[in-house]
Amino acid sequence: MKITFPHMGNLYIALKAVFEDLQVEVVTPPPCSKKTLALGTQYAPELMCVPFKLTVGNYIESIEKGADTLFMWGGCDVCRIGFYNTLQKDILKDLGYDIEMICVESLNTPQKIRKFFKQLCEVANTTHSFALIALFIKGIQLVFRLDELEELMIHARPREIHAGSVDILQASFEKEIRTTHGYKETYSLIDTYKKKIQKIEINPTKEVLQIGIVGEIYTVVEPFINFELVKKLGNMGVDVHRSVTTGKFVREQLDFLPFMHSNKKNVHRAAHPYIEMDIGGHCRHTVGDTVLFGEKGFDGVVHLLPFTCMPEIVAQSILPTVEKDKNIPILKLVLDEMTGEAGYVTRLEAFVDLLWKRREYAQDEKMLSRN
Amino acid sequence: MHKMKKCYLGIDVGSVSTNIVAMDEEDMVLESLYLRTQGNPIQVLKQGFIILKERLADTVEVVGVGVTGSGRQLAATLLGADIVKNEITAHGIAALHFVPDVQTIIEIGGQDSKLILLRNQIIYDFAMNTVCAAGTGSFLDRQAERIGIPIEEFGALALQSTTPVRIAGRCAVFAESDMIHKQQLGHHREDIIGGLCEALARNFLSNLGKGKELKSPILFQGGVAANVGIKQAFEKLLGCDIIIPPHAAVMGAVGACLLAKEAVRKTNCTHFTGFDAAVSDYTVKSFECSHCPNICEVVEFHRDSALVARWGDKCGRFSSTKIKTSPTEDELAQ
Repeated sequence: MKITFPHMGNLYIALKAVFEDLQVEVVTPPPCSKKTLALGTQYAPELMCVPFKLTVGNYIESIEKGADTLFMWGGCDVCRIGFYNTLQKDILKDLGYDIEMICVESLNTPQKIRKFFKQLCEVANTTHSFALIALFIKGIQLVFRLDELEELMIHARPREIHAGSVDILQASFEKEIRTTHGYKETYSLIDTYKKKIQKIEINPTKEVLQIGIVGEIYTVVEPFINFELVKKLGNMGVDVHRSVTTGKFVREQLDFLPFMHSNKKNVHRAAHPYIEMDIGGHCRHTVGDTVLFGEKGFDGVVHLLPFTCMPEIVAQSILPTVEKDKNIPILKLVLDEMTGEAGYVTRLEAFVDLLWKRREYAQDEKMLSRN
Repeated sequence: MHKMKKCYLGIDVGSVSTNIVAMDEEDMVLESLYLRTQGNPIQVLKQGFIILKERLADTVEVVGVGVTGSGRQLAATLLGADIVKNEITAHGIAALHFVPDVQTIIEIGGQDSKLILLRNQIIYDFAMNTVCAAGTGSFLDRQAERIGIPIEEFGALALQSTTPVRIAGRCAVFAESDMIHKQQLGHHREDIIGGLCEALARNFLSNLGKGKELKSPILFQGGVAANVGIKQAFEKLLGCDIIIPPHAAVMGAVGACLLAKEAVRKTNCTHFTGFDAAVSDYTVKSFECSHCPNICEVVEFHRDSALVARWGDKCGRFSSTKIKTSPTEDELAQ
């Protein structure tokens, strides 16, 4: 068996390490590229959201590299992701690929976790579920460490003394991580790079903008589809705060466990005046996190969504009210295979200019009222 | 020898037109050029600088250069710009210069249209058209050409319309077929053009202005502001006067000029390559990088056969070579 999985930010690093420790042969899909998107667009329904298209592309590229088993998450969520695996199985079958699909449902109840372990047992061809539990926890640890590494980079980038220092380290990390094998090696490489990033010379008192990123998780964490938004903003002198990351998502899924804590309740409380229930995807989070960013006095919020994403369209219609109530500018960016980079960058630059001017104005006002 | 007058240059390289403005220290516009880009920004910049050199080189000293527009990166490399800014900021700055209490800017250029809202003299919100070119200058250009009248007379004809016909303006392709349809039904040319102007203004407001508060004073700028038909359509729909600022067609360049002045005030030196920029020979070569499946089209920019800049790659393998000040990975590891 050769297993593969779709890309979503740096999740592949944790998945690869865990499957390798299960003694399963892993085919990591090539990083998302124009070719991935072209393949996905060709075989996916036209108005399907872009994460679907990219994951189809990932599968095809992996299958061409020899993968025969696909690992996917899904299940009965209230957005299209729940239906991804069914449709993808059909598409790949129609293309004549002989593959096995293992689909994991969300892990928010003990029953679902038990089912997940049963599936893992099948993959690993073992009955030692205790070893699997230990490995599962290790996988989650990796996801959290990767989040921490990214947070360090995000913090250092706008404050670095030598332009490009963080980007160089990030590139070399992404290169080296391809050669590691299993949990131990992966963990130690992440650790090494965390130390390297912390050693980068920064100016800790530099004035930077604070921008929160909200929206659909895939568009927030996958740099290919958001044109490396985090990197771009960082290099424009912005401290970026992502409201959804893989680590935070896992935390929220598992926060019924006694040792796992998440910010979910806070976010739901913040969103409550605008939306009271889950309508699927990350809608409630988008609204709640925007409210929280506004209350924390952030300079602005960027709202990312894939074209035709139902839950985010609902959020999009609520956000102008939040924008007014909390007096926080929001830039909405809709992403799909048609999005042009030039217009995207123009909007980002103008938004950053606007936020600087607003901050200067607010500071002047404060000075005036004090005198 | 008389003292040379200090001046700033602002260049806006757009899809349809390339505009160059020269301003003195008192912010007076000394010279303004509106040239058609015609898909060849390098050639048109050279041509513009030949004209400028003739008119200005003997009397002024350029102390700062700002560039904007979709071709800003290219222009910045060619001219040695002191500041490179996006069009939204440039247009906002220029509008504030002429009408300090401006609250709304409608800007329609060749390929895109923007709505910029200002409060307390700062840009407060903006919107840019996303998918369709309907309502932009290039579409009007095409329709004028198809009907066979010069674009300069297009707007005036719209004013002669007595009963403008209703045109479906949501999409450029549908608008065109609807126009042809109305034409075949025998409607007057003036009424079709008048209807088109209204359709475009309506489309702009519903597309970009949805949910936004368009407060007066409203400025209309960009190349299409020269079209009186569109101006009238906006006034009708918004129920208030629309101001067309002086130099409306070259506002982006005016903004770039003002930004250059501000930038140079901080640094006190300019990177301007000189009016002779026009004399140098520029070549652009492009190739497809085959290093990864992104297959980026990398552009190499040469001045007199020397490589000066590269861009177009996603990973920075080529474009970052110009950043030589950043330490290498080995240096960081130590």
